[in-house]
Amino acid sequence: MSQTQTAAEVPGQTGDPVLSVRDLQVRFGTRRGAAHVVNGLNYDLYPGETLGIVGESGSGKSVSTLALMGLVPEPPGRVEGRVELDGVNLLDNSKDEWRNVRGNDIAMIFQDPMTSLNPVLPIGRQVTEHMRLHLGMSESEANDRAVELLERVGLSDARRRLGSYPHQLSGGMRQRVMIAIGLACNPKVLIADEATTALDVTIQAQIVELVGDLQDEFGMGVIWISHDLGVVAGIADRVMVMYAGQVVEEAPVDELYDNPSHPYTLGLLGSLPVLGKEERGDLVAIPGLPPDPVDLPQGCSFRPRCPYQLDERCETERPELRRVVPGHRAACFYEVPEQEQPEDAFDG
Amino acid sequence: MATDTTAATTEAGAPPAVDPRSRWRQILDLLVSNRLALFAMVVLGLVLLAAVFGPWLAPFGVNEVIVQDRLQAPGLDHIFGTDELGRDVFSRVLLGARASLVVGVVAVGISLTAGTLLGLIAGFYGGKTDDFIMRGMDVLFAFPAILMAIAVLAILGPGLVNAMIAIGIVYTPIFARITRGSVLSVREEVYVRAARSLGARDARLIGLHILPNVAAPIIVQTTISLAFAILSEAALSFLGLGVQPPAASWGRMLAEGRGFIQQAWWMAVFPGLAIFVTVLSFNLIGDALRDVLDPRQRSAIESRGLAG
Repeated sequence: MSQTQTAAEVPGQTGDPVLSVRDLQVRFGTRRGAAHVVNGLNYDLYPGETLGIVGESGSGKSVSTLALMGLVPEPPGRVEGRVELDGVNLLDNSKDEWRNVRGNDIAMIFQDPMTSLNPVLPIGRQVTEHMRLHLGMSESEANDRAVELLERVGLSDARRRLGSYPHQLSGGMRQRVMIAIGLACNPKVLIADEATTALDVTIQAQIVELVGDLQDEFGMGVIWISHDLGVVAGIADRVMVMYAGQVVEEAPVDELYDNPSHPYTLGLLGSLPVLGKEERGDLVAIPGLPPDPVDLPQGCSFRPRCPYQLDERCETERPELRRVVPGHRAACFYEVPEQEQPEDAFDG
Repeated sequence: MATDTTAATTEAGAPPAVDPRSRWRQILDLLVSNRLALFAMVVLGLVLLAAVFGPWLAPFGVNEVIVQDRLQAPGLDHIFGTDELGRDVFSRVLLGARASLVVGVVAVGISLTAGTLLGLIAGFYGGKTDDFIMRGMDVLFAFPAILMAIAVLAILGPGLVNAMIAIGIVYTPIFARITRGSVLSVREEVYVRAARSLGARDARLIGLHILPNVAAPIIVQTTISLAFAILSEAALSFLGLGVQPPAASWGRMLAEGRGFIQQAWWMAVFPGLAIFVTVLSFNLIGDALRDVLDPRQRSAIESRGLAG
């Protein structure tokens, strides 16, 4: 497989990566055969960096992060490859070692704040629970820290709120509580899985800003998963576009939006409304559906939906990630002519 | 309470007022506002009183034989009449409450503990564990309850303690099924996944995150099972497999009164009434609890309270 980028290629990446993923594969056994959900994922995450992962439903972006936390149910799942956190391969972990990683080294924020808090426990208990587990704090120490955290994430009157139940908080407040829970043990990596998708746009902006501030303060690496290219543009330093369990394009955020080099990325950007931009015809949808993970196409996995499909090489050979400019790589054999994108390309 | 919640929601910006009453206190308040449930609780209170203080409340001893008074119709001396040996039926009904309640509570305690535990494990781990436990429960469930209890008592031998064990075993599958069903839906909730992603171990996930969220149907089943357990105890004692003479129990008294139903109806009717009223009360409370514990029903009850 292709080697990953070195730190020198992307500005802002310093020191050693906190998280290195090498040839990560996730399969699920199904009645119809093995479903290949994640196929050879490689990336590094540096401290203080925000990596955006975008892709449509079923592209493997969530499953790949569940694998980082040992949360893929095995069986029917099967995880292979290497996930190194500070140089230690997590995939060799025992059950107890995994528990120590979860919430302590790597924390996760889930999509829907309405359902990610236990309805019958007061939030104070939910914020302090894993602090006491991982950091061995006493109840009063943990409560003090919880108040501090809840105030930091912008919850007023935090001490009184410790006794509140989730149904007494609004969606935005609940997501703030989830972030406080995620940050409680100073994780090295924070995974936000569609963390703002269920919130309305003003709250979205607040949460994105909050996570950015907290990242500056705590210096953790953030993996921000979203299908919303707009949100990712606002928060990420670097973006990976996933399709059918593979990275099809990877670049610093501005470079990706200015110079998309994979037909799929072009399609995604072409289907996005741009506020204030002169009307250039209709938004274009990418025709067809993502491939069946049980039966992936032999060559390029995007070929059946690709408007270019230049020659039979696309059908027989799987394109590797190839450097476009330093720091920017795309998994396509060809230079996609920018002028043609995307109106004509995806019409009809 | 109506006024302070509305005030809190209209006050924009201010944190929503936390209802000062605990969750269980709120549920109790709602229960009391249901007249039938209140009636049932009063009746059960009286039964409980009889069970605890029976020996002091009863006008006659449980086996105090007054030969010259035998087979007397209800009257001033013996308000429920006397049996063929001249024992006071009222005193025996009073003292029989203890056997019925103790058997009911202990038996349901056994099935509640065993059934809930099995259901939690089966539902949480799924797969082969689930199959193994639930198929076992299906086998138990396939027998008619009383037949099963009789079979267990045939092995263990008749007696009060064995009757409790037998009834406990008979009602275990119901709890296991109800618990498992609820666990199956709750274990997929995001907050369970979230807790797991924070490093919680299985026991904590089950005890802290799943059990409290499946408690409502289990609580309702408990009250209803108490009614069934009391009936089962009566049936077993009636058949001579439960409480042994000369101790008093409602089922036992029914059995003894059966032979005298023509001459002394009161011997069977009063213990029968006691069973009826107690079982009805447990069922009424079970119904009311189900309404109160179901959030959708509950808001309907609360809004009715607001209107009234």
